[in-house]
Amino acid sequence: MRLTGSQVVAEILLEHGVDTVFGYPGGTALNLYDVLYEYKDKIRHVLSAHEQGAAHAADGYYRATGKTGVVFATSGPGATNLVTGIATAFMDSIPMVAITANVPDSLIGRDAFQEICITGVTLPITKHSFFVNKIEDLENAIREAFRIANSGRKGPVLIDITKDVTAQTIDYKPGKPSQLQGHPIAEDAEIIAFADMINQAERPVVYFGGGVASSDAGDELNAFLEKADIPATYTLMAAGILGYENPRNLGLIGMHGSIAANRAVDRADLLIAMGTRFSDRVALNPDKFAKKAKKIQVDIDKSEINKNVIVDQSIISDVKDFLTGVLPLIKKKDHGEWVTQSTEWKKKTGDVQCQDAQLHPSEVVTAVCNLTDKETIYVTDVGQHQMWAAQYLKHDKTKDFITSGGLGTMGFGYGAAIGAQIGCPDKRVVHFTGDGSFHMNLNEGCTAVSENLPIITVIMNNKVLGMVYQWQSSFYGRRFSSTTPERKTDFVKLAEAFGAKGFRATTPKEFEDAFKKAQKESGPVWIDCVIAREEKVLPMIPSGGTVEDMIIG
Amino acid sequence: MDKTIRKEVISILVDNQSNVLTRVVSLFGRRGFNIDSLTVSATNNPKISRITIVFNGTEQALNQILTQTQKLEVVQDIFTLDRKNSLYRELLLLKAKVDKTDRTAIREIIEIYRGKIIDLSKDSMIIELTGAPEKLDGFMDMMGCYDIIEVCRTGITGIGRGLPEKAK
Repeated sequence: MRLTGSQVVAEILLEHGVDTVFGYPGGTALNLYDVLYEYKDKIRHVLSAHEQGAAHAADGYYRATGKTGVVFATSGPGATNLVTGIATAFMDSIPMVAITANVPDSLIGRDAFQEICITGVTLPITKHSFFVNKIEDLENAIREAFRIANSGRKGPVLIDITKDVTAQTIDYKPGKPSQLQGHPIAEDAEIIAFADMINQAERPVVYFGGGVASSDAGDELNAFLEKADIPATYTLMAAGILGYENPRNLGLIGMHGSIAANRAVDRADLLIAMGTRFSDRVALNPDKFAKKAKKIQVDIDKSEINKNVIVDQSIISDVKDFLTGVLPLIKKKDHGEWVTQSTEWKKKTGDVQCQDAQLHPSEVVTAVCNLTDKETIYVTDVGQHQMWAAQYLKHDKTKDFITSGGLGTMGFGYGAAIGAQIGCPDKRVVHFTGDGSFHMNLNEGCTAVSENLPIITVIMNNKVLGMVYQWQSSFYGRRFSSTTPERKTDFVKLAEAFGAKGFRATTPKEFEDAFKKAQKESGPVWIDCVIAREEKVLPMIPSGGTVEDMIIG
Repeated sequence: MDKTIRKEVISILVDNQSNVLTRVVSLFGRRGFNIDSLTVSATNNPKISRITIVFNGTEQALNQILTQTQKLEVVQDIFTLDRKNSLYRELLLLKAKVDKTDRTAIREIIEIYRGKIIDLSKDSMIIELTGAPEKLDGFMDMMGCYDIIEVCRTGITGIGRGLPEKAK
């Protein structure tokens, strides 16, 4: 059949099971959007307020559903507005296909109106990119984009299509998605060697990250921890995989990790790292991290081995494949004393409440936890509220905690929550944010209203840029440079102005009432929670420090 | 892990398409890899080009450069050349201010290094020299006492001796 380039795009999206796309139209994207109109029964387009919101939505959509998010944008500013969203996905290894239109090929390189070389701009933040200025190349580019985004360590891919290609026609025969690259296969001998080390260890600790979430290995990990009787700690990217009440769950590791997790890693004789990159927020001092332990690492990406911390042995493998292979070789163990010791440390928390407010962050998070079911999807922005959410949420299921871990993108939350709610209309989506983060992209309130999404936004409002304020308070002699903006934003009125509902809470009781009311609404609700500016995220290990330098309260 | 600085020659086979060099070089830049020299050349397969780089760094940095580069979609193969079993060549062009009095002495040096005079005027000369980088360094040393106007070196390119296992 004879199709235009834009129709080819739509057909190949359908072939990959894409029924939802996020984006924003524009001059060079007119042909693409005209075809979205034609295909509107098969492909739902969600219009954002700003392209950044659309990119975060495509990201949140994947994290909630496991289906690759697709985002459309026009050339120039439309494309550059995607950059932070693409970078966020790149740093957290989230597959995404970004499709941008560019000026017609005859104008490329002439600084035409809204012309930007977006493949150049996004070079360091994409797994790969395609510039398509010949219609013959279009089909392959889109199929390859989906293959590359989802193969091995996942990530975003950008396709930039010149406007003339979106209008030209070509003979198109329906095809099939390209086959994903197979996972690297570990040798039996390597797995046996790992099993031996695990079986012989006296004080082993598992330290895992987003790789466990992306390989969907939660069940395998739980089985492994139980059989080998090993306590485990996780990065922000893997919050939610271990049940909160699980005695082997030590909590979050790193800068704002638990006392139990950081101590256990420091005392361990074997550290088993899975799907994680020893980032500077975890191994704050790479030379002293888990210094008594032999370190072994499993990762699908070879370049993660010895990148930040030198390990003793490594296996290049998908975490799920590894766990499936190693489980039969693991001896049933009882590390009773070691697990008990770790659980003892777990009782010690950094939960210090600031006295000058009636509503504390831990009370807000705990109330949300108590009032929602286990299917709830929690989405956060970035800052203090993000850490509080990670520390106090009682996670019990994978994929329920959506956060920007690697890039730490303030303004990520609302777009991501919209993507998650679009992808999972039957689940409750709770969006935790701070007044700083929310001010960045609250414009997406109009999207949540237009799409009638019952997202509950919980704003931890301390009227300061809390995380930076905390650092200035602890390490910069309370010189609060540009963190006390004295904003007068009335979030309740603002919610109403957008056509959403707004509530304010100054006590735990008020918060509970507001949240219960919010749960009955069919559209978006914002709850402005008044908390104290001196409220801190604790415990804390300063940059470059070790467990010895931990600030507890 | 070994912290000593070593010199390695890395050969990268890449898809011959626009932007390939940008992708590779941009990766080196953002990961902070230090490169001594870089050459790009055609191969017998029109779809594949070869990038040869000389790299100075620790074993850890070398592993990072190999594994990070390998992840690029356009990279088909990457390997370090085994020093003993590989041949390296580099081309040098040198322009010197030379009058009648120096000409004979310089010609002698050129002859010893098997170079060629490819341009000559009343007061200058351009010399061409090919060889292993060490030979070129030696020649530069010898020419140090003359009035050198300009020098260009191509950076090295290299190839392993004999047939690789899979081709036998």
